[in-house]
Order: sequence, then structure tokens, then C-alpha cells
Amino acid sequence: MWKTIFRRVLVMIPQLFVLSLLIFIMAKFMPGDPFTGMITPDTDPARIEELRIQAGFYDPWYEQYFRWISNAAQGDFGKSYTYKLPVSELLGDRALNTLWLALLSVFLLYLIAIPLGVLAGRYQNTFLDKTVVLYSFISYAIPVFVLALIFLFFFGYQLQWFPTSGTVDIKYDNGSLGYIWSKIYHILLPAITFAILGTTGVIQYLRTEVIDAKSQDYVRTARSKGIPINKVYSRHIFRNSLLPVAAFLGFTITGLLGGSIFIETIFGYPGMGQLFIQSISGRDYSVITALVMLYGFLTLLGSLLSDIIMSIVDPRIRID
Amino acid sequence: MSFMEIKDLQVHYPVRGGFFNTIVDHVHAVDGISMEFEKGKTYGLVGESGCGKSTTGKAIIGLEKITSGSIVYEGVDVTNQRRQRNSSYNRDIQMIFQDAHSSLNPRKRVKDIIAEPIRNFLKLSDLEEKKRINELLAIVGMPEDSKLKYPHEFSGGQKQRIGIARAIASNPKLIIADEPVSALDLSVQAQVLNFLKEIQQELGLSYLFISHDLGVVKHMCDEIAIMNKGRFVESGTKRDIYQSPQHIYTKRLLSAIPNIEPSTREARKVERINVEQNYQVENHKYYDTNGRVYDLLPISDTHAVAKKEEREVVI
Amino acid sequence: MNITQNLLTIKDLHTSFRIKDTYFDAVDGVSIHLKKNEILAIVGESGCGKSTLATSIIGLHDANVTRITGEIEFKGNNLAELSEDRLNDVRGNDIGMIFQDPLSALNPLMRIGDQIEESLIYHTKLSKKERSFRVQELLTQVGIPNPKRVAHQFPHQLSGGMRQRVIIAIAISCKPSIIIADEPTTALDVTIQAQILDLLKDLQAETQSGIILITHDLGVVAEVADRVAVMYAGQIIEEAGVDELFSNPRHPYTRSLLNSIPQTHSDSEKLEVIQGVVPSLVNLPRTGCRFASRIPWIQEDAHENEPQLHEIAPGHFVRCTCWNHFYFEGEEGGSLT
Repeated sequence: MWKTIFRRVLVMIPQLFVLSLLIFIMAKFMPGDPFTGMITPDTDPARIEELRIQAGFYDPWYEQYFRWISNAAQGDFGKSYTYKLPVSELLGDRALNTLWLALLSVFLLYLIAIPLGVLAGRYQNTFLDKTVVLYSFISYAIPVFVLALIFLFFFGYQLQWFPTSGTVDIKYDNGSLGYIWSKIYHILLPAITFAILGTTGVIQYLRTEVIDAKSQDYVRTARSKGIPINKVYSRHIFRNSLLPVAAFLGFTITGLLGGSIFIETIFGYPGMGQLFIQSISGRDYSVITALVMLYGFLTLLGSLLSDIIMSIVDPRIRID
Repeated sequence: MSFMEIKDLQVHYPVRGGFFNTIVDHVHAVDGISMEFEKGKTYGLVGESGCGKSTTGKAIIGLEKITSGSIVYEGVDVTNQRRQRNSSYNRDIQMIFQDAHSSLNPRKRVKDIIAEPIRNFLKLSDLEEKKRINELLAIVGMPEDSKLKYPHEFSGGQKQRIGIARAIASNPKLIIADEPVSALDLSVQAQVLNFLKEIQQELGLSYLFISHDLGVVKHMCDEIAIMNKGRFVESGTKRDIYQSPQHIYTKRLLSAIPNIEPSTREARKVERINVEQNYQVENHKYYDTNGRVYDLLPISDTHAVAKKEEREVVI
Repeated sequence: MNITQNLLTIKDLHTSFRIKDTYFDAVDGVSIHLKKNEILAIVGESGCGKSTLATSIIGLHDANVTRITGEIEFKGNNLAELSEDRLNDVRGNDIGMIFQDPLSALNPLMRIGDQIEESLIYHTKLSKKERSFRVQELLTQVGIPNPKRVAHQFPHQLSGGMRQRVIIAIAISCKPSIIIADEPTTALDVTIQAQILDLLKDLQAETQSGIILITHDLGVVAEVADRVAVMYAGQIIEEAGVDELFSNPRHPYTRSLLNSIPQTHSDSEKLEVIQGVVPSLVNLPRTGCRFASRIPWIQEDAHENEPQLHEIAPGHFVRCTCWNHFYFEGEEGGSLT
């Protein structure tokens, strides 16, 4: 297995290289630059020009690219023009925030979706099943920002059950129990929103899989052994139906790591999605390119992760 | 006399592995077989699953790439030439598949299914094409109004007839039939087999009949080749194979076929056990140290067996 | 006949499936019994109801769309009326089941040993250690070399013949008195088929159990069965001892089927063909002789109005009276006798 993982990681290098080239060129095509935003009636245009020359914006694009890529290869993605911070430092904080949000979201997502999907499949065409299907259609039809705004307004402002922005209360010491709880408390509402919106796919998938598995020959064999029906579900149908869901797990996790632009923006949560939007409007090239590179890497990582998960849960798939 | 000759046909599949996923080995699905086809005859290709019989059929019709060897059709080398659209080889060799259902496009009407080879090869006017479709439906014994229907509206036997109508539409010389009746019920199987024989006489067709069912093959074929591990272990006329099987593998296959005479049960079981023991003991006479089947050695004008050559000691 | 000799007695069994709010009988009034130490073959073409009959016995159908009426008498109980819980005590314990496709009949994600062990968990009081010992004993019994290793393998790592042996091991794990085998060799090559059939016969001789063998293959029937019931359109149309059935078939359907087999030992040029097709469940005529439409050259009054099974010789039953007047199309007309 390690051999395959190593090989797949090696293959990622040329893929990421092509990606970096594309990103860099496209970033250069964007109108404006970080200094455009600084122009006020008082600024001296000559001073801005000077800054641009200093930043190397008038060098040929390939020179700029090689300067950037050789630094990036050493982990230096440059400095954010907006935050005046090294990009890696800026991303580090944001990534950690997003990671917590992503993990809780995934946990809640499967906590809601797996029981609902399995029950709907098992009791197909009953009232329960129809209710679950209706729920999943509704959650599919609601746009992210609408649900996020409703939750924020209702649970955040009206009922005041949850904080409406930030990641942690400043009154706690870093590392204390209260600090950790406060962190979870802050991401709970965005995570629930996220989870609810993500359940549709998993519920529908699982429901179809369970219905399909019920008529499989091996389930008939299990029933012919005289095993109680609940055990037939838990030992045979459940695990087999989870396979396709497991296949998506890798993508789901890395997808969430990219952060959600809408949710992070609406809940005022300083994660990567929010950073992405801000850096685009601020023409913060170094941050944009670093972020897109990171998303590209996460996508590749997701597919590798999915393959590894599949090889663990399905004995028919072995990678060497 | 023969219109087609296959020489030392081989089909290998690559096995990938190692760090860079390079080809590390080959599976020899078909490993050097030779055949000749004469007009109006039926050739049987028999073996158990995985022996390479279906791959052989597909390689002949061009659905598998031939690794080495050649197919000479009417004096022209047509090896791996299937992609040339208008060659007479394409027109003259057709195929019938095991699963009639999945081999018919569910979104096409019967008339379009049957017309496909006509449109590809025959360049008929619309009126002639219509006439030809009616003619073909009549040959396969289907009512004329079935041409406007879709495949799912027919039973298994009828679908196989539609598949046959499509195969004979371009007036082929050879039809490759890959397990054409093994998905059918007994009574329907009999209908299709009888019918295949009828049109053979009417149209002077040759068949390459690929099957695992030795009863069906005996009923249909003039010449039979038994296949094992991608090679022929024995070939000969129907009489050669069924009356005096020589290769241990052939004997083993024959002894395993159930017989519809219950009274012979015990005797047959004894015979089966004997053959099985022989198979274990005499294995080395029929397979070399790598488990490969030996080359065919002729033992009569028609009959050949793959056996270790017993060299006479020359003084 | 002494009833207590019978392991299983089925009387007037109807199994019907609901199609658009109407129930249609797939098994339409079947009565048959199985004796100890006997292989009873139920033979027929697809759609005749033979597999439905097999699965009805242990109630494996979806209860929402299936209705089973009649008597399935086994050990003093009527299986058709038992609750799901009580049926589970019978399934796998008293009655073992073998299925057609050994690949799909095994759970692809579960180790072979665990799949065999499952029935032992629910039907025996064996300890974990005793169970794993029994699993290896069973694997050895069905002729699997290296049982210890195979028990830890997954189904896809075994060949088709080996998988079917595993299925058989599951079926016999609790020493059932009845084994129902539904097309056990249809998916296998002939040489493997012969091995599996031999294995079944040997096991049966050892355990004295009764086997119900469901098959479409008359060759397999002739090879292993003691008694044969031929089914057509949901009914048994002929029943006899195996020698009697093959040497002296009576019902037109049985005779036509036998004449349509391409045989390795005969050189017949033309196979007998049965006209028309098997009627579907919905379109099946429920009155008169169900085979009449496929032998139209036999005059109508040869058939009974409500065809019954008649015992024409000891142990030989034939449905309807048309057999008496049957001749193959194109042959000289006239009765058989």
C-alpha cells in the first residue's frame, strides 16, 4: 500500500506544476492589482508606479512565475499585500479554523444522514421513508445562503442560542476546557448548517443502496440461515450499503477543508473560504494563488484518500 | 477449398505491476491456435469458462486485438484489419451473442437493428432495404409487424431470432455464434438450434459455434476443437471426438456430462473417477512442465491430439 | 401411505405475488411430499414456479407482496403459518438452502469462516472456539483443502466450484434434515458440476437427509434424483420415480422436453420443438389444461375440464387425460395405448 501511496504522491508533482502555471497566468489576467485599492486622491501616481516596479510587476511573466514557484517550492508563498503577513502564516491560522469546522460538519453530517438513509431504505415506501425523502428534497432545494441566514437570524439573533461571529470568546485562556468548549460552541451553528445541506446526497445514496442490497442474493442466503432480521441488517446490509458512501468520504473531507465561502462569510467565521473571497476582491495575488494551489492539492489528496479508504473497507479492492 | 484460414492466432493481455505500473507479464488468453473454414460447415469450439474460446471468437471478428498470428480471408491477410469499414471481410463475418437481450440496442426499433449491416455494407435504396428487412423477418419466422417494435417487447427466443436476422442481413459467409442458446430454456433452445440448421442449408453458411455444452455442440457441429488454457488439446470430426477421444482433458469433459439415462448412473460415476485418476497420473503426458498444452500432433487425416511427442530412438 | 415417514408434506400450496393490487398464483395448488434419505427433483423451465415453491417452504419472500396459503407440514408445524421468529428457528437449522450463483450468494465483505459460523451462532450453544473448530470440520467435509486458510479468505479469492462448496457447508452446518438446492450447479462448468453433484449425493448418504433439488436440467435430474416432479405453469404435471419418468414419460410436456435435449449419445438430426411460449404469470389461463394451447393438434375433448393428477401406475402421477391421446406433431395420429 505504501508503494502505491508514494507513487500517487509522485504523480501529483507534475499535476500541481501544471496547475500552478495555469493559476499564475490567470491571476495575471485579472484586472487591477493590490495597489489599485490604495489609490486615494492624495496618492502620488508616481509612488504607486514605483511600488509596482519594486514588486516586479513589469518583469516578463515567466520571470515572475519562476521567482514565485521557486519560492513556493521552499514553502514561501510570499507576503499578503492586504494583511502584511507571510501567506503561510496567514493560511496556517485560517486552515486550523476551517479544519475544526470541517471535522465537526462531517461528524454531524454522517450522524444525521446514516440513520435516516438506512431507515428510509429499510422501511421503503412507508410514512417514515416518505418523510425522510421529503426532508432530503427540501434540504437539497434550499440554497446555502438562505438556510445560513435563517439559522443565523433565528438561533443567533432571535433566540440568542449561539454566537453570531468569531471563533472563540476572548475571556478564556488558550488551552483551557472553557476555551475548547467555546470554540466548539462557535462552530456549532455553521457546522449544523453545513451538515444539513450535505445530508441529501448521503441519504439518497444510502437509501438506494439499502433497497438494492435487500434484494441481493447474499441477503437471501443470510435470511436462509435463520438469522434475526435485525442482525441481517446490521451484519450484512449495513456495511455493504456504506461502501459507496465510504468511497466519497475522502472527497467530502478534503472538500470541506477548502472551506465554504458562503457559510464562513455569513457566520463571520475566519476560515479559508472567507479568506478566499477577501483576497479575490483585494487582488491579493499571493494569497489567491496559494489558496488555489492548496485546493488543487486537496482535491488530489481526496481522491487518494478515497482509494485508500476503499481498499480498507472492501476486501476485493487491494492496492499494493 | 477453405475460404478462411487462421494461423497460430495469439491474444495476450498485459499484466501491469511494479512501481511505474509497467507491463510485467502477459496472460496468454489465446496461445497459438490454427483453424480452416470451409463453406457450409459448422465448427465447434468447446471448453470450460476461461479457456479462451470467447476471446478466439472476438479476435476473429476484430473485437480483440490479435497479438500475433494471421487471419487470411480469400487470399488476403485481414489480421487486425477490422477497422477498414468497407472491407468484404467485415461484411462476410458476422456474430451472434449469448445474451440476445443486451446485444440489441433497447432504444432502436427492430427494423433499424436489422438494417444496420444493410446500411453499412449493401447500399440499397429505401425500397429495396424495406423489402430486404421483410425478407429477413420472414427467414427468421417473425411477423412483419414486429419491425416497428422495440427489443423488450419480445421473448428470449424471439430476441435471439432478431440477433440472427441482423447477423445474416449482409449475406455473410461465416457466423460466429458465441454460446447462442445457453441463456435459453430447453424448448426455446431447440427452436433456435433447429432454425440455425435450416438457414445454414438455405444460405450455405458456415458457423463457428462456441459453447461449453457438449450436447449442443455434437448436435450442431461437423468439426470440433476442444480448448484448454488458450490452446487446442484435441481437434477432429464429431466422430473422432465423441467416439474416440484421445486427450485426457477431452475424456474428462465427456465423462462429466450428465446423461438422461438414470440406469447408467453408477457405471458413469465409476468411469468419472477413473478418468479423474488418470488425469492426475498422466498429466505430464499432456501438459509440459509449465502446464502448457503440447502442440497438436495428427493421428489421422482429421484427428489431432496435443500430446508429448514420443521420439523414436534412432540408432 | 404412512405420513410419519415423510419429512415434509406440502398440501395444496398456493404462493401468489401481488401485481397492481391483484394476486397471481406462481405456485398454483402444489401437493408433494419429501421422504427421509431421498432426493426429490423439481424440474421445469423458467417461470414454471419451481424456485418460488422452494423459497416458499422457508418463507423467504417479501411478505408485503406475497401470499402463501396451504399446508407445509414439517415436524408437526405448518410452516406457511409460522411467525417470522419461529421460522428463523427452522431456517438454517432444520432446513438448509443452497443457491444458484455461488458468487452473489456470499457476502463479498465477509470472511468465509464468519459466514459459515453465523448459523452456528444462532442455532447452537457452541463456544467461540468450538464454532471455529466446527467451521473447519465443515470445510473439510465439503472437500475444501486447507480449511484453516480458506476460513480467513474472502469469497472473491475462491473459484466458482469452491464457493459452491462453501454454500453447501453453510447449508449443512447445523445438520439439517432437509436441504433445498435451487439450481446448485447451473452457474458451474460441467466438470465442476459433476463434482458438486457427487458431493451432494455423498453428503446425503452420510446424513440421511432429504434433498429437494430444483433444476431446469434434465441431465442433472437423471444423474442424482430418486423421484421427479415436472412443473409447468405453477402446477405439477407429472410425478414419478426417476427410472420410470425417463423410461416411460407420459405427459406431453415431459415427452416434448425430453425430445428437445441435444444429446451426446444420439445423432438425431432434428430436435423436438414445443410450439409457442410459456404463458406469463398474468396471462396464464387458469382453467382447463394449461398445456393445451401448445399442442393444438390434439383434439380439445382429449383434455379434462379441470385437469387432475391421476395415478396411472404405482407412484406415477400425470395431470390431465390428454397424455392418452398425445402424439408428436407430424407423426401418425393415434393414442399411445
